[in-house]
Amino acid sequence: MTDSAGTPILEAPVAEGAKDQHMVLNMGPQHPATHGVLRLVLEIDGEIVVRLYPEIGYLHTGIEKTCEAKFYQQVVPLTDRVNYLDPLSNNLCYCLAVEKLLDLEIPEKAQWLRVLLTELSRLNSHLIWLGTHAMDIGALTVFLYTFREREEILRLLEAVAGQRMMTSYIRVGGLAMEPPIDFLSRVQAFIKTLPEKIDEYSNLLTGNPIFKNRLKGVGYLSAADAIAFGVTGPPLRASGVDIDLRRDMPYSSYEKFQFKVPVLPDGDTWARYLVRLDEMRESIKIIQQALDGMPEGAVKADAPKIVLPDREKMKTQMEALIHHFKIVTEGFNVPAGEVYQGIECGHGQIGFYVVSDGTAKPWRVHMRYPSFATLQALETMCKGGMLADVVAVIGSIDIVLGEIDR
Amino acid sequence: MTEAIQKTLASRAEVLEAMPDHPAVKALLAWRADSLLDARFDRGELTLTVAPDSIREAAATVQAAGYNFFEDMTAVDWFPSAPRFQLSYHILSHKLLERIRLRVMLEETNPAVESITPVWPAANYYEREVFDLFGIRFEGHPNLRRIMMPDEWQGHPLRKDYPVEGYR
Repeated sequence: MTDSAGTPILEAPVAEGAKDQHMVLNMGPQHPATHGVLRLVLEIDGEIVVRLYPEIGYLHTGIEKTCEAKFYQQVVPLTDRVNYLDPLSNNLCYCLAVEKLLDLEIPEKAQWLRVLLTELSRLNSHLIWLGTHAMDIGALTVFLYTFREREEILRLLEAVAGQRMMTSYIRVGGLAMEPPIDFLSRVQAFIKTLPEKIDEYSNLLTGNPIFKNRLKGVGYLSAADAIAFGVTGPPLRASGVDIDLRRDMPYSSYEKFQFKVPVLPDGDTWARYLVRLDEMRESIKIIQQALDGMPEGAVKADAPKIVLPDREKMKTQMEALIHHFKIVTEGFNVPAGEVYQGIECGHGQIGFYVVSDGTAKPWRVHMRYPSFATLQALETMCKGGMLADVVAVIGSIDIVLGEIDR
Repeated sequence: MTEAIQKTLASRAEVLEAMPDHPAVKALLAWRADSLLDARFDRGELTLTVAPDSIREAAATVQAAGYNFFEDMTAVDWFPSAPRFQLSYHILSHKLLERIRLRVMLEETNPAVESITPVWPAANYYEREVFDLFGIRFEGHPNLRRIMMPDEWQGHPLRKDYPVEGYR
């Protein structure tokens, strides 16, 4: 079979001679434990997984193509929709890449608020992971507990951005606007109660023999395999590779924060669970430091041709009105060049590769998302294991189909 | 090392002069000096352009030089200029905590390049994605099929001559 351009369309590979004895099982694309529309073609020998073939693309919306037709500032809302559980990290990564192209200096307060907000966003991502992962295993209660705290985070995000999930709050040149006056005290009140809530989840799960038996020794991934398959984030650190871009290649003034990077050598589903639980505790510490040392100043860079003016100035000053009109109707030109910006989000490393040809629209935006690479390691993790463990492993790599298909 | 250099180094000669001890540059030159066609250091990022027929060996060479982690790979369509396609490989070093970009330029007619999946299995999905959305073929790829679009799809959506909306 070939398509119109003459490129051959190949069939999904099935192991030689295996077709007769093994059963081919189709899991998804509509399946409650695949966290979206993931389709897995499983070849099973009794209950043992022999082969696993992920079939993706059901959510492909062509976001990268859409970016090429938008002004630089119009791409920000698109990035929210890629990984909808950690929207502020996406905003941040894209904005850092464009700011690198523009060589734009961001005020300190904006940088610190960005750290605070992405950590809140990471907590949001981890809370959903914990709830759904435990639910996949059969521990329904935890889901209700984690969504109680997640609701608080969504309220905080709504307070700053006016939106619960699709925040678009981090913009090129800083933040969309000043956060509300009581925002920092609300964050303080929230994170004060959070450590004991995390202990509560831990009490429900860590000592639970059923949960432990379902996770311990399941879905083993060696450090060498993790690196070979491009696995990043908590699954990589749970395989004993000590790398975290926040600490090792700091961005947005992360170098001013003290935090530990949890690493475990075991490489199984249980280690991934423990690493994420510890990461939540570290995130709280980072947020506390951000609250304690929050600098004074503006939240937008001093670049009138790039950053939209304040509403008040726009109504009273002619230049501000002109700049606003020009930015909204014509965008702003970005110097030609190519940059790659990597950051650490809840799932792993995000990377934005932005190529500019000097106009107001990006020539190419490519998004590197962790789940896309991690999915390649799924077969290695599930091979030789039980069919029921596939669900546990999918939960442990914290998969988001929106970011895989884009 | 690279943090010290702030200005843009626009050509191969300038990069070789300013950073002769850079591990990736050194390894590539030691392997085959003529495979490194161009180099550029811009905004703190080093771009090394290698010949299309040597990308697999170049990838293996930088891997041996300590750039152990394949992070990202994609293509850029420079239509209507020539050469039309650019492949960008982003390789991270966990030890040096530094990223390099390997770049390959390809002509418009029948674009094909060696697959780097023998060096980094992680490139599998990325090369499939580029094959699907740009129509660039990867020789020696274990499973080169469409990944995002349906198998029977006509055309390659991320090419610049493919419309953003409306009918094709």
